[in-house]
Amino acid sequence: MDLFWLRTWQLGIKSLLLHPLRSLLTVLGIFVGVASVIWLLAIGEGISRKAQEQIEGLGADNIIVRSVKPPSEVTERTRGVLPYGITRDDYKRLVATIPTIRSALQIRELPRRLSYGPRSVPDGNLVGCTPQYMEVVRLEVDVGHFITPVEVRQKATHCVLAAEVARKLFPLEDPIGKAIHIEEAYYVVVGVMKPKGSTAAIGGSLAAKDFFNDVYIPITTLQARIGDFVIQRRASSFEREQVELSQVTLRIDRIENVEDTAKLVEETLAPHHRNRDYSITVPKELLERAKTTRLMFMIFMGVIAAISLVVGGIGIMNIMLATVTERTREIGIRRALGAKRRDIVRQFLAETVVLSAVGGVTGVLAGLACPVVVGWIWYLLETYLPRAMSQLPDVVKTMQPAIVPESIPLAFGIAVTIGVIFGLYPAMRAAAMDPIEALRHE
Amino acid sequence: MILAARLADVTKDYVLDGETVRALRGITIDVPEGDFVAIMGASGSGKSTLLNLLGCLDRPTSGSIFLGDDDVSRLKDDDLSEIRASRIGFIFQSFNLIPQLTVLENIQVPLYYQHRLSSRDRQRCRDLAEMVGLADRLKHRPTQLSGGQQQRVAIARSLVNDPYFLLADEPTGNLDSVTTQEILDLLVRLNGEGKTIILVTHEPDIGRLARRTVRLMDGQILSDERREDVESRRHPVDSIP
Repeated sequence: MDLFWLRTWQLGIKSLLLHPLRSLLTVLGIFVGVASVIWLLAIGEGISRKAQEQIEGLGADNIIVRSVKPPSEVTERTRGVLPYGITRDDYKRLVATIPTIRSALQIRELPRRLSYGPRSVPDGNLVGCTPQYMEVVRLEVDVGHFITPVEVRQKATHCVLAAEVARKLFPLEDPIGKAIHIEEAYYVVVGVMKPKGSTAAIGGSLAAKDFFNDVYIPITTLQARIGDFVIQRRASSFEREQVELSQVTLRIDRIENVEDTAKLVEETLAPHHRNRDYSITVPKELLERAKTTRLMFMIFMGVIAAISLVVGGIGIMNIMLATVTERTREIGIRRALGAKRRDIVRQFLAETVVLSAVGGVTGVLAGLACPVVVGWIWYLLETYLPRAMSQLPDVVKTMQPAIVPESIPLAFGIAVTIGVIFGLYPAMRAAAMDPIEALRHE
Repeated sequence: MILAARLADVTKDYVLDGETVRALRGITIDVPEGDFVAIMGASGSGKSTLLNLLGCLDRPTSGSIFLGDDDVSRLKDDDLSEIRASRIGFIFQSFNLIPQLTVLENIQVPLYYQHRLSSRDRQRCRDLAEMVGLADRLKHRPTQLSGGQQQRVAIARSLVNDPYFLLADEPTGNLDSVTTQEILDLLVRLNGEGKTIILVTHEPDIGRLARRTVRLMDGQILSDERREDVESRRHPVDSIP
């Protein structure tokens, strides 16, 4: 850059500093635009990463079939026991007829109060399962061991606790070997799992599946001791339900076969379940849908951010038009002293480029601070508005903003481009002035 | 005789609200190098138009304008800018300094548009500032200077490109009588050193300073007189850097 250019920039900065507040406010427009591009994209990316993580937690090669309570018009017509959901026969049929199923897992879940001495977990979740459960759901053992095939065969009254349950029931003691009370029976703790984050919602429910309050026992034990009947107390009556299995998770041999197998599962189950009391979740599909959603989300966020950048650009244009009018006299002097039209264009463009570049750089810095600031915001919300926080979906709460690297040059580039585009018109207007008229301007 | 400027049968028409105004109706003037011409006339006589044409801020409707040997009457806008930057020194009634620049930077502006800012050029700017008596005000802004000081900066600026002639448009119109005398003395001194000066004014007192007075009326030259008694007004001078 030769001295001439250096002078042009110097002059631009000098002219901008004549009105520091005005320049600052103009820069602010671009600053907000650039920062919001980076922020919105980072937050969008953070949320969608979390969502993907949760879906991946379900296992992309799995198909999850879950019992669903039929809609109330069906239940109201039924008197007495309402049998619904997937049966053990369904399970056998699926495993026997579909060759692409590598392994299958049956689960029976019941809400149960768990207690040990004075301590209890009122909203415990009793899970009857098989040894494969740990692998399929990607749980890890912390202490002891998970349910073993022997325990399943013997219908042992053993249980394995989720980390959270263990912490609540045994804050100080070692839970292994202790017997906890579930319903009418005692179960000896043989293992504790490591904490596990939530996975995506399955089976029609909107809430993400969490593993916080789980207690695992062999499914055979659950069937032998508790059975298929569930009695629920309602406002005026008891409701008896009969559910054999809460969930069947099918692991498919190859990931390409997942979709076709899902169709087969549907066709196998449909004839036996007229009232649609099951749901099929295909995490792979969810994952793909989540990817599309992510793209749309990014575009949406991008458009919003782009709008704010354009608004910033209009701010620049507005100020530059005012500046040009205000400095008509100066333009006249410069033209008289030998400035060509393009010198005038260059001078005013340099000013807009300085404005937008300063806005761009500070905006990028503010954008980079996004994860830290979001961390503070969560912390403040947790501290002062814990109730509002608990209302937020889990994906949002545990979200970590992930700065999209491309968004930085993108935002900066757009900012400078916008500066040039919106600065061009005022600059051309300045250059188009008749020097004689401009000199006469008061 | 070398001519600094020459106008040959120059006319200028303006179209104003659909009506053609004939501002200049055939002007022919020769300005030899070293001359001091006062162009006088009432308002509407065409002296501003003549000034604009001489200053290469505008082009004539017909006729030719020569600066040195070059016909500038048909040049493009950019070329006119170059001529202004390199051959004409403007001095305005309202000084017309650029407010955000310092004294030194203001003097440098014409060089800047010729992309010439070597250390020698910058030294020359300092020397000029010294010549007009502002060596201790180089870092000041125009608003920190008095009117007379501002006009002296403008004169230094007009000299920086070593122009063919200085074009002064009512240079003392905004000054009190004492400063007026200072500025006029400076102009006379510059002329004495060989600078060609074209001065546009409507004040006869100031016009009397010049060696030659051209009176305009209705776009035509009414009279063109040369005086010989100006010699006595000359002051001993320092040399121009």
